[in-house]
Amino acid sequence: MTRFLARRTAMLVATMLVASFAIYGALYVSPGSPLSALTGNRPLPPEAKAQLEARYHLNEPFLVRYWHWLVSALHGDLGESIPLHENVSTLIGQRVGVTAGLVLLTSVIIVIAGVGLGILGALGKGLVDNGVLLASTVSAALPSFAAAVVLQFVVAVKLGWLPALGTGHGFADSLRHLLLPALALAATSVALVTRVTRAAVREETGREHVQTAVSRGLPWPSVVRRHVLRNAAIPITTVVGITIASLIALSAVVETAFGLNGLGAYLVQAAQNKDVAVVQGISLVLVLAFVLTNMLVDIAYAVLDPRLTLGGRAA
Amino acid sequence: MSALLEVSDLTVRLRLGDEQREVITGTAFQIAAGEAMGLVGESGSGKSMTAKAIARLLPLGARVSGRVTFDGADVLALHGAELRRHRARVAVVFQDPRAHINPVRRIDDFMTESLRLLDDVPRAEARRRAAAALEEVGIDDPAKRLRQFPHELSGGMLQRVMIATALLSEPRLLLADECTTALDVTTQAEVMAILDDLRRDRGLAMLFITHDLELAGAVCDRTTVMYAGQIVETRGSQRLHDDPLHPYSAALVQARPSVTATAPRLNAIPGRPVSAFEAPGGCRFAPRCPHAVDACRSHDQQLTALDGGWVRCSWAAELRGRLLASSPASSSGENANA
Repeated sequence: MTRFLARRTAMLVATMLVASFAIYGALYVSPGSPLSALTGNRPLPPEAKAQLEARYHLNEPFLVRYWHWLVSALHGDLGESIPLHENVSTLIGQRVGVTAGLVLLTSVIIVIAGVGLGILGALGKGLVDNGVLLASTVSAALPSFAAAVVLQFVVAVKLGWLPALGTGHGFADSLRHLLLPALALAATSVALVTRVTRAAVREETGREHVQTAVSRGLPWPSVVRRHVLRNAAIPITTVVGITIASLIALSAVVETAFGLNGLGAYLVQAAQNKDVAVVQGISLVLVLAFVLTNMLVDIAYAVLDPRLTLGGRAA
Repeated sequence: MSALLEVSDLTVRLRLGDEQREVITGTAFQIAAGEAMGLVGESGSGKSMTAKAIARLLPLGARVSGRVTFDGADVLALHGAELRRHRARVAVVFQDPRAHINPVRRIDDFMTESLRLLDDVPRAEARRRAAAALEEVGIDDPAKRLRQFPHELSGGMLQRVMIATALLSEPRLLLADECTTALDVTTQAEVMAILDDLRRDRGLAMLFITHDLELAGAVCDRTTVMYAGQIVETRGSQRLHDDPLHPYSAALVQARPSVTATAPRLNAIPGRPVSAFEAPGGCRFAPRCPHAVDACRSHDQQLTALDGGWVRCSWAAELRGRLLASSPASSSGENANA
């Protein structure tokens, strides 16, 4: 297990290095100058331009600039936003809570609703199973921006149960504000997790070792818990992990729709403003969150399936 | 003598899509306490389905008629807690232990789960019994094995774990469904010896299902041969081997390589095995039988008593003694088993 963790950590570091280079490089080659936001696209006098370039290290070679950025990033300093004259780490810190809360709440909804409905569909017959299939089909066909509009209109405006916009203050109020965005973000993923769970549980139910358990006279609920669900947890964990990791990037749409001051919405805004340092910083944080989630899934995988770690096939 | 297990007129139909397919037709036999009976037949002959019907493990949608009585109880009518108690008293050892043992749970967990869940035995006591059972089937260092996962054990070892586990619930009947088929010959012999010893020590009744006639003969007092969902012959194992009454049994005996004589080629039974639902009218073996006459194809054959056994062939008495002499496969009439 120690060796497994060490290898996973090394892979994480390597991934982050490659990702950081890609992020920095992509924005370096993207058209337009970071200074254009400051100048509003007016031509600058050459001496003023040179002064600004020197101040933001824009005149140095690419690799040197990347190196400086990387070293400061490792120290928690993601540079300075040129248009806003503010530290990027501070800007991110102000918004990371909202996104984290949104993703966390969405994950909880996905796990409870997706896995729950999947199990219900797999073990239930006829009407129950068909109901689950219908619900998951509808839910799969709802992209989060459409779900956002529907939820805002029905739940917030017509019924007035939950707020339509904003972040809220304090834990309970924040939760109330995040519930609709989380539901909108979860819709498609719940359908995916439901389908995968249903298939996995169905498949495990037909396994020979489940028949063995039945043949030993164990009560069906015990067989389901100890053999069907325990084994189906392996594929379910994979899909839940991938889904949650992708939420981090998808949150942008929902944050914009619900007027949440989160990282995703800010990333879009910063990209429009050509705020290169902020885009780089947020991208790096999103990649880190993605990679960390995947690592957690891999560890969960190794814990759930003893054949993996011991067989050394922990990739 | 009242039998421990009594099967009469058992017919099983499986649902395949919209179709009902018959896999067992009117099977009947008895097994007394402590007796071992072999059930032999080709793939699709219905032998495994017979075991599944006895343990009530048939797939959903199966239609069963007839009667199965185990220790006085009407097995086919059981449900709920009574059905689970029945399953606990009838232990099944399956063909492929690697598929039939949950791969993500430790051996300890697999072996002790029914003791802990059904009999409320404390974990430590259950583990002690499991270790003792492993020792009984010849596994060294049981404490270590209990901590391991199934993928860390060999196939032969796993089958012993399976047998040891079956014994932990102190069953009265053991259904061994091709339990040595997936093992190599040496391991097979060891597992057979273990089964035989345990049966004698514990007075356990056993239904030994195999496609290997000789293997059945080695451990069973009596052997029943099935073809296309029907019993075609039941007889003492040794007599079945030396003096088969049904042409199909004879063909099976001859299809085995002999240890003493070298045969230029093995005698195969011409044609392919059929299941009950695709069997022709009249005698089901007739299309593959070298002795078949027109009457065989037009008349259903009945199981009749002959010389201490039962046989489903109207010509059995006439053919007797000549079956092994005429080789069905070789046109030259040479007999490799002579």
